[in-house]
Formats: sequence, C-alpha cells, structure tokens
Amino acid sequence: MASRLTTSNRAGWGFALPGFGLIMMFIVIPFFFAFYLSLTNQRLISPNPTEFVGLSNYDRLLSISVLTIEPEVDDTGAVVRDDDGAPQYPRVRSFTRNNPDYPEYAGMREWFRWHSGDTAKVVVATDVVFWKSLRNTLMFVLIVAPVQAGLALVLALLVNQKLRGINIYRAIYFMPVVVSIVVVSLLFRFIYDGNDGLLNNILGFLSFGWFEGRDWLGNQDTALGAIKAMSIWQAVGFHMVIWLSGLQTISPTLYEASSIEGASKWQTFRYVTWPGLRNTAVLVIIVITMQAFALFAQIDVMTNGGPLDSTTTLVFQAVERGYGKQDISGASAISVVLFLIVLSISLIQRYITRAR
Amino acid sequence: MKLGMTLSAALVASVSWASMASAQTELSMWYHGAGNEVEANILNKIVEDFNASQSDWTVVVESFPQESYNDSVVAAALAGNLPDIIDVDGPVMPNWAWAGYMQPLKIDEAAIEGFLPGPLGYWNGELYSVGLWDAAVAMVTRQSTLDALGLRTPTLEQPWTGEEFQAALDVAKDSGDFEYALDLGMAWTGEWYPYAFSPFLQSFGGDIVDRSTYTTAEGALNGPEALAFGEWWQSMFVDGYAPGTSQDPADRDTGFVDGKYAFSWNGNWAALNALEAHDDTLFLPAPDFGNGPKIGAASWQFGVSSASENPDGASAFIQFALQDQYLADFSNGIGLIPPTAESAAMTENYGEDGAMAVFFDLTQAQALVRPVTPGYVVSAKVFEKALADIANGADVADTLDAAVDEINADIDRNGGYGH
Repeated sequence: MASRLTTSNRAGWGFALPGFGLIMMFIVIPFFFAFYLSLTNQRLISPNPTEFVGLSNYDRLLSISVLTIEPEVDDTGAVVRDDDGAPQYPRVRSFTRNNPDYPEYAGMREWFRWHSGDTAKVVVATDVVFWKSLRNTLMFVLIVAPVQAGLALVLALLVNQKLRGINIYRAIYFMPVVVSIVVVSLLFRFIYDGNDGLLNNILGFLSFGWFEGRDWLGNQDTALGAIKAMSIWQAVGFHMVIWLSGLQTISPTLYEASSIEGASKWQTFRYVTWPGLRNTAVLVIIVITMQAFALFAQIDVMTNGGPLDSTTTLVFQAVERGYGKQDISGASAISVVLFLIVLSISLIQRYITRAR
Repeated sequence: MKLGMTLSAALVASVSWASMASAQTELSMWYHGAGNEVEANILNKIVEDFNASQSDWTVVVESFPQESYNDSVVAAALAGNLPDIIDVDGPVMPNWAWAGYMQPLKIDEAAIEGFLPGPLGYWNGELYSVGLWDAAVAMVTRQSTLDALGLRTPTLEQPWTGEEFQAALDVAKDSGDFEYALDLGMAWTGEWYPYAFSPFLQSFGGDIVDRSTYTTAEGALNGPEALAFGEWWQSMFVDGYAPGTSQDPADRDTGFVDGKYAFSWNGNWAALNALEAHDDTLFLPAPDFGNGPKIGAASWQFGVSSASENPDGASAFIQFALQDQYLADFSNGIGLIPPTAESAAMTENYGEDGAMAVFFDLTQAQALVRPVTPGYVVSAKVFEKALADIANGADVADTLDAAVDEINADIDRNGGYGH
C-alpha cells in the first residue's frame, strides 16, 4: 500500500518534516504526556515522588449517582411540611458526611434534584464543579456553534454584494477579530457592568427608563448568556471571511443560469449557493465547535467561573487546578476527558457531513 | 586641564570598579515589584550600599511584575534556574521551603530582635525569610460618620463586639446616607480574600485548617463557629450591608472617599489616600466576634534559594538590608508598616502621633499570620471560592463542607505536607 508515499519520495517527506515535527512535539507528545500524568499523582511542585494512582483521578472526577431521599415524617408517620405545603427533607450532608450507612455516597455533593411524588431524587457527584463546567461548556457550544455560523453566513451574504464601499463593511465586521480577546473581554466587563454599564444605559434609554439595570455578569441567570453573546460577536467576522471565500468560489455562470431559469432569490440560495458551500460549512462548523470547547480567556477575565460556578468551563478548570491549585494530575485528567469529547463530536460531525 | 582631571578621575574610578567587580562574586536576586519606581529606587539604594560596603559580593537585581512573579519562580525552580536571593509572599514561603526551593537563613538573631512577628517567616522551626515591612488592615471610617450615627469609637483595649458592629452596620444602613454600610473589598479577588477575611473567621473561633495538626480542616472550617461565621458573612450580602462579588473595582478604590460607604475594610496601603481626602479619617481595630479581634499579617519577604551556591553572601545581603534606615525608607516610600519600633520612630507616618501609627499598634495587638503550611497555597484558593459562593447565596454548610473536603483531599494527596 501507499507505494507513492514510501518510494522515491524523499523530497516530499523532507517538506513534510518540519510540520510533522512541530505537530509531534507540541500536540501529539503533550497529549500522551497528559494521559500519562492523569494516571499519576503529579503535583506542580512537590518534594514527594510521583506515584502511579491508576484511574483514581478519573474516579474522583466522574463519580456520580442518584440519592433517593424520603421526606421527614413526624411521630404519627405524616410527612412534615412547611407553610407552603412543601415536604421537608433531611439535608444531603446527613447522608454524604460521616454516615456509615451510606458509604457509597461519602464525600459527594448535590448537583441538582427533582421530585417524584414526595420523594426527592438528588443527583450527587464527587466533583460537582467538574459536572457544572461540563454542562456550561456544552451549553456554550450548543448555542455558539449554530448561531455564530449562521450569523457569519448572513453577514457573508450581505458583504458579498457588488456595492460601492462594501470593503468598509467587510473591514468593520472583521475588526473585533483583530482585537485581542483579553482586551475585548475587559471592555465587555465595563459594558455589562451592573451599576452604570453601557448596556444598562442603552436598554434604559430605549425603554424610556422602564428597564431597570441588572448586573449581567454578577447574576447566575445572565452571566453565561452574556459571555455567549460577546463571544459570538467577537469571532463572527472571522467565520464571515471563511464563508465569503467559499461564496466567491461558486462560479458566476451558475447564478446566470439560475436567473435565466427564473429562480427566486430563495431558490438561488437553496439550489446554487448552499450546495456550493458544502465544504466550507463543514470547515466552519468544526472550527467553531473546537474553538467553543476551548473557552477560557473570557471566563478568566470576566467572571473567574462565578457566580456560583455558573460560567466555569472545562479548560478554565484545567488551568485553575493545574496552576492555581498545583494539581497537575487532576488537570491532565480534565484535559483527557475534554480531548475525548471533542474527538467524538468531531467524528460525529464528520460522519453526518460526509460526502454521499 | 579640568577636562583632563575629570577624565583621569573617571578612568581611575572605572578601573577600580572593574577590579572590584572581578574580585566580587555575583549574587542574583529576583524581586516582585517591577513597574513601581519608588520601590525599585529604595531597593537599588540598598543594593548599591551593600555592594560598596564589602568586597566579597555584588548583588544584581532582576524585577518581575507581581502577577507573574510566583509563576516565574516556580518555572525557574522546575528548570533549575533559581537566583540566589528571592522574595516570597509570607504565606507562600512554607510551600516553597517544603518543595525544596529555599534554604534557612544564616543571619544573626540580633538582626531580627524586636521585629513584629508577621515579617518573620518560620517553617519547621527555622527562619527561612524576613520581611522589611508588614501590612495591616483596619476598619476605616470617619469621626463625623461615627458622630452622626451616634456610635462609640472602639479602641484597641475595647474593640467593638460582634453585636456592636452589627448595630453600627444597622444604623449606617438605616440612615440612608450611604449606598452600602460596609465595603469589604469584594472586587479584589485573589489573596485579598484569605488575607482580609480569614481573620473574621478566626475571630469567630474557626480557621482555614486545624492549626494544631495542619492535617485536616474538618471542624475548623465547618464546625459550629465556622457555620456562624458563614451565616454572618452571607447576611452581609443577602441583607444588603455590603456590595458583593460584582463590586466595581473603581468603587473599591474611591467609594469610601466619595462617601458611598460608611465603613471600609482596607489596608494601610490605602490609608494615605483616605487621610488626604478627609482629615477625620479613623482606623478602627477589627471587631471581636467572640474569639478576640484578629487581622492578617505577613507580606513580601526575602529568602535564599536552595540553588544558591553562596548562601553566606545571600544571607549577608538580607541581614544588611534589615537596617532600621532601610526599613524606614520602605515605609516612607510606599506606606508600609516598619517591622521594628526603632524604625517606626524614624518614619513620617508611623512614629509617635504619626497619622498611621495606629496600624503599627493594630499589627502588634491583633495580627495573626495565615496558616503556616505548604498546603496554604491550595487552601487559600479553596477558601476564596467558598467565600465568594457564600456571598452569592450558596448554602453555607454545604459550601464549607465542600471546602473542607477539597482541602483534606489535597492534604492527603500530598502526604500531609510534611507536618
């Protein structure tokens, strides 16, 4: 097999060598190194020797189970209820801390709960912060990937027209991409400021004072949404340019033909533009997805993962644990989990968008 | 003629300097204060004086920005490139000493006689680092505020009790004159949280870890005292006494001076600003929540790295730097607390009747260093997050339990940190 790769192709290998070498050194080897470290108890700094601990880092990270709690009953066997009629439950910590009857829940914390009848089902995990960051990261990807890709396509279609001065618009839309994400994050911290941030002022002005200011980044319900909006705005120009390059590879003769056939604008887009953008679409979606999984700088600058872990992400946790808390092995375990997630999602995307 | 004289003098000077330099062994030193000109000038003066005072050593200083200083030292240690003399934040020192980055100092007991306890960094019974200054925190307010609210002025002998403090916050809040009664400085993330807020916890009777063994946080950080502290802490934000974690950093810097807050929990480094704005600014001792009033201690200190081949020279420099004159210079230059009574008498602000003398007394009377353990760097982070979460409304007991578990797991994974 692959005789053309192996025989009399020294020049080819020679040209590929710098690229291969760099990829090996900075991507492949570090990954295997991270995988190895995640099986040890490696610290950032420590006089203690590094020891193999097997899968215990993953065990601590991923342990999750459901605890069923019955409501408290009084002497007569009736369920104790508060003034609103909601049943009262014993605290989760009474099961998870120093309780020999429930060894399987030792050291776990409540993530969330739901009720079936009067019984409470509590999802408890050893590392609740990890699960929250996984959820936040997935929510971020789920919103940012389609919205950013779609918005970028709309912008690309807009700036693909032959109008005078269209380059000015292209430049304007592309500008946020050129600015460092750290600077953009700092600016948006001021824009989202709860006291007299720009956003609160604008909304107050537009609604004639009806809108009362809110603390966008200080509120659990709006913090992640605010970061999503800002991230979409910041990188949309980059993907607009990729879409644009895709649009310009579509032969003008196809458009001429469709207009001769009397196709409407929508039909032209549906049957000429969109099929012509197929490869571009695959690229854009995969790139956005991978970038979104790597969400870090915005979190580090704007919220530090707060309030109440509502904006913490996997990469932020990996950095925080590895450098902040000197726990290299725990951080490596997160990196490996993240790698596996991104890998499987990329494979799924490849499968869905495969050429048929 | 004159020109010739100058030239020859310069020649002689440069030749003698060169011959001196060749005889002296070079000692490298890293410092965290890059970008602060006043600080750099004082340190450079000490270095010049030291280099001129003897013929064995020359110290060469390299400065780093504070934010990246610790990372630089850790990276250098992993790469085996540590300098001879490093400076180190007091609570971090045990971590570096335990990790083998530092060696004990070889200086005379006499040189540190009369020092406040905060600037002396002991680990395993040996002196690893000495600070040329200390820092302290006080409850900053104005006499006019106390008068308007009808409050007694607390003293070192008779600080406010927890109830008195609560009553003071209540009248300040009810007066409607202030945006918030109390400014805790929640905008300052990082080391400020454990430095400024763990003394409240200690005053309640809890602590970040159990200092009798340093092997567990159970009971210290989630016992009944700590729970009482947590409930009080949460009430500060939930009941609207203090601005929370999303406080605007600008408000932290100027809010008290602008009259937005009745009380501000702030350090001596901000004191001169407050005094310049209002003559009647007062620096009150910490309230006593039952276990005595407490404030934090220990700031940046000098130590010798384990990689140094000339620990004698490095220690000699540190001992040289401990002269009262230099201690006073640092205090005058950047407003820090001088570590001895003698040097305090030589300063503008900390001498008798000095505007900030109260900080010296506060440190002497109330200071408690942060837990002296290599695990502090991790537990400080855990503590910071727990306090931020509680301020944001998380369940107090669950949050403190989680913090205890995380600290204990970290201690376990580090084989007890050598305690």
